[in-house]
Amino acid sequence: MKLSRTAAFYIALVLVLAPAPFFLNAYWLDVLDSIGLYAILGLSLNIILGHAGLFNLGHAAFYAVGAYTAAILNTQYNIPILWLLPVCGLTAGLFALIVVRPIIKLRGDYLCIVTVGVGEIVRIALINDVFGLTGGSNGILGIQRPHLFGFVIRRPMHFFFFIWAFVALTVFLFTRLERSRFGRALNYLREDEVAAEGSGINTAHYKLAAFIIGAAWAGMAGNIYAAKMTVIAPESFSFWESVVVFALVILGGAGSIPGVLLGSFVIIGLPELFRGFADARMLIFGLAMIVMMIFRNQGILPAHPRPYFLDVLPEGAMQPESASGSPGEVPAAKEPL
Amino acid sequence: MEQFFQQLTNGLAVGAIYALIALGYTMVYGVLKLINFAHGDLFTCGAYLGLTLVTTFAITEHTGPALGFVILVVLVMALVAFLGAVLERAAYRPLRQSPRLSAVVSALGASIVLQNSLMLIYGASYLVFPSDILPSVPVQIFGIYIPLLRIVIFAISLAMMVGLYLFIQKTRIGTAIRAAAIDQGAARLMGINVDRVILVVFLVGPALGGAAGLLIGLQYGQVNFLMGWSYGLKAFTAAVLGGIGNIPGAMLGGLLLGVIESLGSAYVSTAWKDAIAFCVLILVLIARPTGILGERVAEKV
Repeated sequence: MKLSRTAAFYIALVLVLAPAPFFLNAYWLDVLDSIGLYAILGLSLNIILGHAGLFNLGHAAFYAVGAYTAAILNTQYNIPILWLLPVCGLTAGLFALIVVRPIIKLRGDYLCIVTVGVGEIVRIALINDVFGLTGGSNGILGIQRPHLFGFVIRRPMHFFFFIWAFVALTVFLFTRLERSRFGRALNYLREDEVAAEGSGINTAHYKLAAFIIGAAWAGMAGNIYAAKMTVIAPESFSFWESVVVFALVILGGAGSIPGVLLGSFVIIGLPELFRGFADARMLIFGLAMIVMMIFRNQGILPAHPRPYFLDVLPEGAMQPESASGSPGEVPAAKEPL
Repeated sequence: MEQFFQQLTNGLAVGAIYALIALGYTMVYGVLKLINFAHGDLFTCGAYLGLTLVTTFAITEHTGPALGFVILVVLVMALVAFLGAVLERAAYRPLRQSPRLSAVVSALGASIVLQNSLMLIYGASYLVFPSDILPSVPVQIFGIYIPLLRIVIFAISLAMMVGLYLFIQKTRIGTAIRAAAIDQGAARLMGINVDRVILVVFLVGPALGGAAGLLIGLQYGQVNFLMGWSYGLKAFTAAVLGGIGNIPGAMLGGLLLGVIESLGSAYVSTAWKDAIAFCVLILVLIARPTGILGERVAEKV
């Protein structure tokens, strides 16, 4: 059987990543952990930005809600952090529902600036120690490591397997989502909102659903981040963070899961390789973003339109005229009204 | 009451600066439908170039304070306008036919490039802006003492806004800009050189932004290579508040945002100052989805 491009990419990725823990030192494993974490964030933003085409430059807000939910519940009530994974998804999703519901009808760029605003409001609220829970600008310290069947996930290598397993799960689920009726509806409203509305797609509903799913997944990424760092502070959830995730989705290829994975390697991994250039590395990074957009603006691995093969249709469904007797006869035109 | 008027005038001065930056965003958006994320960093360039001209080249020392100040503003505007034109040529013109999202990413890249160039040239720490360019005497208006600097900032900004308004409304090229903003294709068919219009927009917008950077440096007495992010974001908020693409809207939005922020930090909470601006933005957009002066755009089918 011929391998599809996507499958080939996944196999190559697994072949490259699987032996990595046995060759790389703790520093580079930590870089791979970060890449995995951003890949999860990128995949979650991909639902909103890539599939539904909604400009969201405030993704760090949902990430922050997840991370702080994990941190607060873990440090105050000693709930194991892994159990909190779904809880974090739930709170981030709920937060998205409350915040995005009133603004979902805004057009592209207005929505964009409002998401920026939401991100900033969340960050400022965290700094100002809202409800006395977030610990102000120092953040929250002493978050426990995750336990899995009595095994403590502690070292970069443990996190490597934990994070990339979660990436694999995310890829699997989001691929299923992409191919579902829901995914098609999102793509439709991205391409043409008016036509989608006209075909009976409740656009506000689907946009909101895209936001909630993306936010929930970002919340879970926040949980993993909190567990990995054991200390979180508002500065980790700044506007810059949203920009990085946004850039990796667009640069990798909006709407394409392999693209987003590759994008996270490029955006998070490449600056690490340029550490030798010290101060100038971000300059190179910015230049690379411009050059990339000029020469390949659809991203490194763009999403391809999916073909639908009609051979899955029942026999004879393609020839409606054969059922109505005399083939080739055009039905008489109706009298104009 | 005294405090209220102090805050109000302060808000108006800062708001006028926001308005100057917002004009750059809104003009670019009007013609190209592009959020020019690098605009905030052009504003920072203005502040740093002003600093260099004052400290290294001592522009204001050879002439009197008034003339020196005018020369300083004009020079900064010219230099930043040049930078803006280079930016347009290098980062945006090749992307004219691309999807809008890729232009946004290119703008983000340009912003990173400008920011880090400034950091490499001037260093990462805060630099002190000389405060003796203008004599710091308070002026009495209606029994309230207002610093001269605040009045100068407000007057200069207002003059520039009026100038821009006349430029857009009364001149040939201004008419061409408005035409290109409404429909680029039709403007091209009417014999308007749209590439030139876009170039003019990228000269005028950054010039105003650069002047704003200089004024912010004077107002707060310090500059940092990262300050473009926050001011750019505020100014963009102001542009959206007024209705993006709409020039009087940007002016109104900027002034409004400055006053709200200033009064908010005085009477509500300083720590929540930035959040207040965004809360107002969200509330306004819920009530009027295209900003205060923005026109409702019918969806084309």
